[in-house]
Amino acid sequence: MLRRSWRTALILLVLVLAAAACGGDGENEGSGEDLPGADLGGGTENAAASTENGGGGGGAADGEAVNISIIENAVRGGKNAATAAWLLEDVIPAFEQRMADEGQNVTVELVEGGTGDDDYKTRLALDLRVGEGADIMGFDQFWLSEFNAAGYLAPLEEIVGPQVSDWEGWDAIPEAVQGSLVLEDQRYGIPFGTDGRVLFFRKDVFEQAGLPTDWQPESWQDILEAGRTIQQAMPDVVPLQFNAGQSMGEATTLQGFVPILLGTGVELYEGQWQGNTEGLQQALGFFDTVYSEGLGDADLQLRGDARDRTFEMFANGQIGVLAESDYLWRSVIAPEEGLFPVQNRDEVIGYAKIPAMEPGAGIRDEDFVSASGGTGRVMNPNTQHPEIAWEFLKELGSQEAVQAFVEREPRITARTDVNEQALEGQPMLSFVAEEVLPVTWYRPGFQEYPQVSEVIQQTVEDVVADRSAVDAAAQAYEQALIEIVGQENVGGGQ
Amino acid sequence: MAASPTQTRTVQRVLSRIGFYLLVIVVGAFFALPMLWLIFAPFDRTPSLSVEVPSFTLANFTEMFENPFVLSSLRNSVLLSVITMLLVCASAALCAYALSRVAVPGRDVLLYILLLFSSIVTGSAAMVPIFQLMFQLGLINTYTGVVLVMAGGLLPAGIFILKDFMDTVPESYEESARVAGASSVQILKDIVVPVVRPGLAVIAVWVFVQVWGNFLMPFILLRDPAMQPAAVIMYSFYTSGGQADLSVISAFSLLYSVPVVLMYLFVNQRYGFRFHGGIKG
Amino acid sequence: MTAEPEAAEREATDEESATGGANVLGNKGAAAFVAPAAGLIGLFLVFPALWTLYLALTNMRLTGLAAAEPQFVGLENFLNAVSEGEFLNSLYVTLIFVLGSAVIGQAFLGFTLAWILRDWRGWQRQAFEVLAIVAWIIPASVVAFLWIALLDGDSGTLNTLSPVNVDWLLEYPLLSIIFFNTWRGTAFSMLLFSAALNSMPPSHLETARLAGASFWQQLRDVILPSIRGHILTTLLLISLWTFNLFTPYLITAGGPGSQTETLPIYIYNVALSNGRLGFGAAISAIMLVINLIIAWIYLRVVGKQDA
Repeated sequence: MLRRSWRTALILLVLVLAAAACGGDGENEGSGEDLPGADLGGGTENAAASTENGGGGGGAADGEAVNISIIENAVRGGKNAATAAWLLEDVIPAFEQRMADEGQNVTVELVEGGTGDDDYKTRLALDLRVGEGADIMGFDQFWLSEFNAAGYLAPLEEIVGPQVSDWEGWDAIPEAVQGSLVLEDQRYGIPFGTDGRVLFFRKDVFEQAGLPTDWQPESWQDILEAGRTIQQAMPDVVPLQFNAGQSMGEATTLQGFVPILLGTGVELYEGQWQGNTEGLQQALGFFDTVYSEGLGDADLQLRGDARDRTFEMFANGQIGVLAESDYLWRSVIAPEEGLFPVQNRDEVIGYAKIPAMEPGAGIRDEDFVSASGGTGRVMNPNTQHPEIAWEFLKELGSQEAVQAFVEREPRITARTDVNEQALEGQPMLSFVAEEVLPVTWYRPGFQEYPQVSEVIQQTVEDVVADRSAVDAAAQAYEQALIEIVGQENVGGGQ
Repeated sequence: MAASPTQTRTVQRVLSRIGFYLLVIVVGAFFALPMLWLIFAPFDRTPSLSVEVPSFTLANFTEMFENPFVLSSLRNSVLLSVITMLLVCASAALCAYALSRVAVPGRDVLLYILLLFSSIVTGSAAMVPIFQLMFQLGLINTYTGVVLVMAGGLLPAGIFILKDFMDTVPESYEESARVAGASSVQILKDIVVPVVRPGLAVIAVWVFVQVWGNFLMPFILLRDPAMQPAAVIMYSFYTSGGQADLSVISAFSLLYSVPVVLMYLFVNQRYGFRFHGGIKG
Repeated sequence: MTAEPEAAEREATDEESATGGANVLGNKGAAAFVAPAAGLIGLFLVFPALWTLYLALTNMRLTGLAAAEPQFVGLENFLNAVSEGEFLNSLYVTLIFVLGSAVIGQAFLGFTLAWILRDWRGWQRQAFEVLAIVAWIIPASVVAFLWIALLDGDSGTLNTLSPVNVDWLLEYPLLSIIFFNTWRGTAFSMLLFSAALNSMPPSHLETARLAGASFWQQLRDVILPSIRGHILTTLLLISLWTFNLFTPYLITAGGPGSQTETLPIYIYNVALSNGRLGFGAAISAIMLVINLIIAWIYLRVVGKQDA
């Protein structure tokens, strides 16, 4: 008897479990549409509607509901909240309306989330690996090669068809910016935002130190001289900040190291990955000079919260010169909504182009250099509704949508037409769009890039923390490079 | 000339008393100090990473509740934790009892190996196998999937600890019950479980806490943000500047910690929370 | 007459259970009892764990070419790992961390607390226990903020309350996370040792005390031997848990440099940030072996000589 009652209890437990699981799935009221059949896993958003989608990408029959989804590392009330709000309040309603007007019943679900970029990337990779995931994915330009090499992505023309090149929006995106989501002449997505790196400086510090407030250094020497002047005049201020620690991750590579390396005329990749070049030694030498002379704060680079701390110190006038993306200007120190708001930002913060080592010494023999990152959106090759997804992707890249985003959060976009209008009252952003983007550089589209970037961070930190001499660090860099990409793909060694 | 032996002893005793209380105070302070932030920061107008007497406000909580996922995430956490806890406690108790009563050769070594395996599976390297397994089973984006994976990982330690408890229950009790005609299940339920109840309580709280704080599994196995538990939502609190939002984080930290503390206090009150009479090693 | 057969029967059963006879449960019953747990463990633990161990023999990655076509590379990952400075550093950091925070920190402090509290009653004892246990159960992400706030160099609680001004996480990172984990995990050892001390027959100590043994003699000759089993259980579990603890990442992110990059953090960096799953799996496998060795050492040193 009792034996039976226990068995009953176990069965009950299993039932409770199952019910809880179903309950859980049914309770996703916050996300708009329920996922039909979600507790069968696999199918999720695509499966339910896939049978209706006869004729491969031919769009659903009139009136029949089609669900597509977009994933972004953005969440209401949290990380990248502006993006989430923009999608939920501007783009998605407009798109659904447009589709309805065309007689198609389309709903778009935003898969929100707010975590570290690595975690977000992992999630995309896991989904794509098993042939799943949202139809449209918010994407960082520099993941493209590695995802493509893994077979996770496919060119837009392959998924959607030749009509991709007919989109009139391409004309509004400069070739260089389009290139951020192109591999082997094939487009993978529509670029959305971009940025540029400059030298920000505190005019109040400069004034007190007797330096010009319309500062524009022409060479590294000019930067170092300014640093030394500040060091003399204001011992409490950290004169220069070029990100240099592993804790700052990609910000060390792209903000700190790369603009300096580019200033020697050497790129990370020139047909081959560049190893222990003279340029590398010069660049590391620059970091060595800055930090061994105390022009920069070496301890600061090693902190877990180094980047935040840097922002805070700059906002408080404790750092003289900071190499950063325009992101600093529009988000971090923005007078109202910034994390470390600088109320009189426009008066006390100056900006200048990053000079090459000497005039003309930069890549392409430029006098000035910069580096850019880019984001955009790619299409999931597993989408069941390529045509609808393409319509939505176009909507996301349309002038109206991009314009709407910029009104929520001013930034430099991929679209020239939006930049021209939106940046009118934004001299700093216009400065980047007009002066910096022409000389900028995008990260090489190679699957090994992220690993190389980590080695760069390690190498720079070793120099700055005085663990290695420049020579040894440069050699170690080449060694690590060979391990990652293979001897045959490394050049420029000495 | 020298103090009498009694005096010396008194002085010694006083000194050792003082030393003892000093030790108690230092240890007490060691445990209490870090918690100050959790008590002050949520009510501070400008929460930072320092503890200061707050300029009192509830604004952080107001701001937190504007986030649409806060309450649902806590509910999801409760759901996941409670179900996993029930599943682990029930199956661990059955298993530990059997293992304690039937000598399987190499049983202890096997249990320890399983413990080691659980440390592999909770690490980041097992992410892809777990994801693909759950995908094949059709358990992606379901609580069932998260519960099962968590249970699999927590069971070995649960069994490991509970088995020690079971070992301390004298078999003679069960003999008598068996002679009186009770079934094994009846024996377990009426004789063994009451004796090991505090141990079960510890396992229950431990499992609850492990699930409550786990980030990686729900993050990779669940897609829908409205299904995510608090551990995942905790990482989404950023300001528009892209930095950690300490106002919301501090308030949420408190809200997120209270249920486990209440759960412990409740269990402690009701069932006892100790290993007394339990593990003999 | 009536009592005799019963006694004989009991003797027989005692013997039977000692030799492994399943008299209480029966083999079938035992199998049924084990089945649910075995099923869960088999499918959701052993299977993915073995799969992970297999990945350790491949160059599998999360992205890139090796994600599409992972290749069998034999022991290459293992050889690379043991010849890599970063791995060796990480192993060293982990061992110090385990020794410092689990063995010395948690077990020692846990025992001390259990000893102090053993004949306390009332609210003081409650307060102590609750404090220690709350530290053990609140979520890791919250705990990380608590400790950053405690140790912060500019305005941390510790620097505010004391005359010194030290950037703890920068200058003493490993020591900081050792203290952190001692704080975090002592409750478990304390609970176990309380139980152990409680289960010791008071007469043993009484005898020793009457024989004039000092406290240390009592500890060495009476207390420690009689709770040997508890010590073993405690050390096995807390060492394993500490070895696999990821929480320090939330406080120091493994830095500065890689001074606090314990093996789980190293695996996270390798497997998740770099996407080198095969390599990460190999490190996991190595960790498993090291844990086995540690367990073996404990068995030898603490041993069940009395059992």
